[in-house]
Amino acid sequence: MDERNTLNKNLAQMLKGGVIMDVTSPEQAKIAEDAGACAVMALERIPADIRAAGGVSRMSDPILIQQIQEAVSIPVMAKVRIGHIVEAQILEALEIDFIDESEVLSPADDLYHIDKQKFSVPFVCGARDLGEALRRIGEGASMIRTKGEPGTGDVVQAVRHMRLIQQQMRKVQSMREDELYEESKQLQVPYDVLRCVFETGKLPVVNFAAGGVATPADAALMMLLGAEGVFVGSGIFKSGDPKKRANAIVKAVANYQDPLMLAELSKNLGEAMIGINEQEIALLMAERGV
Amino acid sequence: MTVGVLALQGGFAEHVHALNKLGVSSIEIRRPKDLKSPMDALILPGGESTVMGRLLRELDLYRPLLDLIRQGMPVWGTCAGMILLANEVEGEKDTHFAVMPISVRRNAFGRQLGSFSCSGLFTGIGDLPMTFIRAPIIQKVNKNVQILATHDNFRVAARYDTMLVTAFHPELTNDTRVLQYFLGMANAL
Repeated sequence: MDERNTLNKNLAQMLKGGVIMDVTSPEQAKIAEDAGACAVMALERIPADIRAAGGVSRMSDPILIQQIQEAVSIPVMAKVRIGHIVEAQILEALEIDFIDESEVLSPADDLYHIDKQKFSVPFVCGARDLGEALRRIGEGASMIRTKGEPGTGDVVQAVRHMRLIQQQMRKVQSMREDELYEESKQLQVPYDVLRCVFETGKLPVVNFAAGGVATPADAALMMLLGAEGVFVGSGIFKSGDPKKRANAIVKAVANYQDPLMLAELSKNLGEAMIGINEQEIALLMAERGV
Repeated sequence: MTVGVLALQGGFAEHVHALNKLGVSSIEIRRPKDLKSPMDALILPGGESTVMGRLLRELDLYRPLLDLIRQGMPVWGTCAGMILLANEVEGEKDTHFAVMPISVRRNAFGRQLGSFSCSGLFTGIGDLPMTFIRAPIIQKVNKNVQILATHDNFRVAARYDTMLVTAFHPELTNDTRVLQYFLGMANAL
């Protein structure tokens, strides 16, 4: 399993500096690929619509996932409910490139996450803080993303989560070696995974930003704060000109340190998704699956 | 010696890290102005060739880099980087730099479940660890292309003039011998 785990982390490394876009049809997948997405997330409904519709949200219809796999040559990801081992087995049978065990869907298990080490395909999981991130890595996640708050178009939570994870990593790195045992107890994380952070100052897997990114400037902000790439969910296909916005976000991630270019990229993008403020949300998806 | 590493998307940091390990300085190339600093060789990293191909053109890097390669700057393409250099990409009408007389097949081993690592013989180096991630293969080659490695009869590394391509990712392993081989190519000029 060790070799598989390495290969899966390697795939995440090849996605770095890229944008992963939520799509709900083969046509949208093609638009995303043409706009420069490094991967697509196949979904029946984007998070903003899941939020609006309410009810129980589940894994997508396999036929939709297969149609999207046929439509594009870039990696295809899809979501399973937290703890839903069988949905994950189904996606693995479809030869999905990456499974997102996601708080965007309704959790299937309110205590246990999937034992991801039992799978051959890679998993990405959301995290609000270092504890959540290292627990997911301990369970076998090959990639981490901030949870943010999906489907809001509000970047504040993604910023909060990314800053917190980075702050906590800096703290771990500044510790005395003999303090790591107590820290792993405090964070409720496996000691060896924490030790990786102590030694390298980084997560042992690639770390993307997700949840609320709506503009090229949002995407660049997340990169500036230490994200290695960005997931954009509702922000693209809920906006006025998806194609143009998608392409602008791709370029913004590649050139996040160039304000002049970001100014160009931010021009005439049409309407951004409307967005919901934190105070207006009834359901905080980020609280699912700690 | 200074090596430019295309840094638009993908595994460019891994190449920069490997160069650092050998004490070779590097420049990350994101914008045309990054090409103003002199460099002796160029690395095109792994990642998604569709993304890099598009960004190369949209960020006005395509033409100046093509000119540099045509003028004989040594270039090494890993995985997606190999696709960028190939004259022909099977089943696709779009090519990128199209400077190397090879045709390649993208995702030749299938999706991520088909990714694998192995040990293989590399001409001029010996046995190497090879990591293939949704990797392409080399299908057809012109007679002047030298095949440097094969896996299960698939061609996975080749050299032509000042160009080196590998379908696998030496930068994902701790083994720097392919990088040294490439630096040797560049030094010999």
